[in-house]
Amino acid sequence: MLNVGQIEEGFVLDHIKAGKSMDIYEHLGLDKMDCTVAIIKNARSKVMGKKDILKVECDIDTLDLNVLAFIDHNITINVIKNGAIVEKKVLSLPRSVKNVIRCHNPRCITSIEQGLPHIFFLADEETETYRCKYCEEKYNERA
Amino acid sequence: MRHLMSPLDFTTEELGQLFDLANDIEANPDKYAHKCEGKILATCFYEPSTRTRLSFESAMTRLGGKVIGFSDANSSSAAKGESVSDTIRVISAYADICAMRHPKEGAPMVAASRSLIPVINAGDGGHQHPTQTLTDLLTIRSLHGDLNGFTIGLCGDLKFGRTVHSLINALVRYENIKFVFISPPELRVPDYVTDMLDKKQIYYEEVIKLEDVIGDLDMLYMTRVQKERFFNEEDYIRLKDFYILTPEKMELAKENMLVLHPLPRVNEISVEVDDDPRAAYFKQAQYGVYVRMALILTLLELV
Repeated sequence: MLNVGQIEEGFVLDHIKAGKSMDIYEHLGLDKMDCTVAIIKNARSKVMGKKDILKVECDIDTLDLNVLAFIDHNITINVIKNGAIVEKKVLSLPRSVKNVIRCHNPRCITSIEQGLPHIFFLADEETETYRCKYCEEKYNERA
Repeated sequence: MRHLMSPLDFTTEELGQLFDLANDIEANPDKYAHKCEGKILATCFYEPSTRTRLSFESAMTRLGGKVIGFSDANSSSAAKGESVSDTIRVISAYADICAMRHPKEGAPMVAASRSLIPVINAGDGGHQHPTQTLTDLLTIRSLHGDLNGFTIGLCGDLKFGRTVHSLINALVRYENIKFVFISPPELRVPDYVTDMLDKKQIYYEEVIKLEDVIGDLDMLYMTRVQKERFFNEEDYIRLKDFYILTPEKMELAKENMLVLHPLPRVNEISVEVDDDPRAAYFKQAQYGVYVRMALILTLLELV
């Protein structure tokens, strides 16, 4: 079993679907941040079989929870202070996401209008369907 | 300030008020002939659409207002690469209200988000064409007397026809409406529409032949079946006559069944049907002007 040291201040993203940690690393913009990050891939999990874990040593407020919930709302967030878990955050699907995914409909105004943000809204909670705000095209693939 | 992007932007109560106003305009046109004096409508049509543009221009002119605009992207600054956001900011300085048609879906919504004047979506690609739906609803309410409690047959291309999808979405907000979808298997109404009807427990049936159901209908909404939508020519030849409305088929229909069509008609309604008092499609075009007049007055807050 690989051991990664405890963090003092920051957060741990647990129960990430195996293999998805790098996507989350990029979506959260962690590559651009000057903080310590541990990426654990394919860790053993009783519930999931395999899972990824991200340990990040920086303030939780730097996280865009909307993005995280959109990518995978089963992820759990443990907030760490003084080396101990002080809060567990539960994610729910965001009502909308901005500039996280792009509309691929060639007939959509986003394909030609410069500087227009790509915004998707939650059209159906039950089926977790997101649609483009402008053309209502369904978004199929999760990041 | 309000815009119109989708027929669902207005509640059924607000639509009722809009249609009351349209009917009052129909009955008393002189009362409204000067309501928009001093006001300017900009028709920004990035793709040609003679009927819709002329309907808007007729509506504003009948209200005493003036019209400026362009009728295709090549004669506008879009040809030079100007964004929709920039164009509408400039148009906001020139006009009091704007009707926009654009081949890109969502373009009028982008315009509305930057505009200082009300924007009406006059058709955005295959997405929405709300004033057509308002026209259909006003025609049904005016000629049938009510937007509740009837059986409507939708016939032809139910897969790609945005007017059909939009009309279904608008009608499901009313009570006791039964839908009969008449189309070749290739052009069936999409699953997301039937899923929505299932979810709302609204009655519908799907059939292939118009003759089988025409006698049950209170109104028949015809659309064009295009040859290029079929997988092969044999199927097209075998099925095409099922979707052409003729005087013989009209004999099977109820005496007060209304025939609607968004127009342009090609050959899906035989010209002999035009003289049948149940043919309402040219009257429908007239209601298109009344509903646009009512919409302009409502969005300019002149009522």
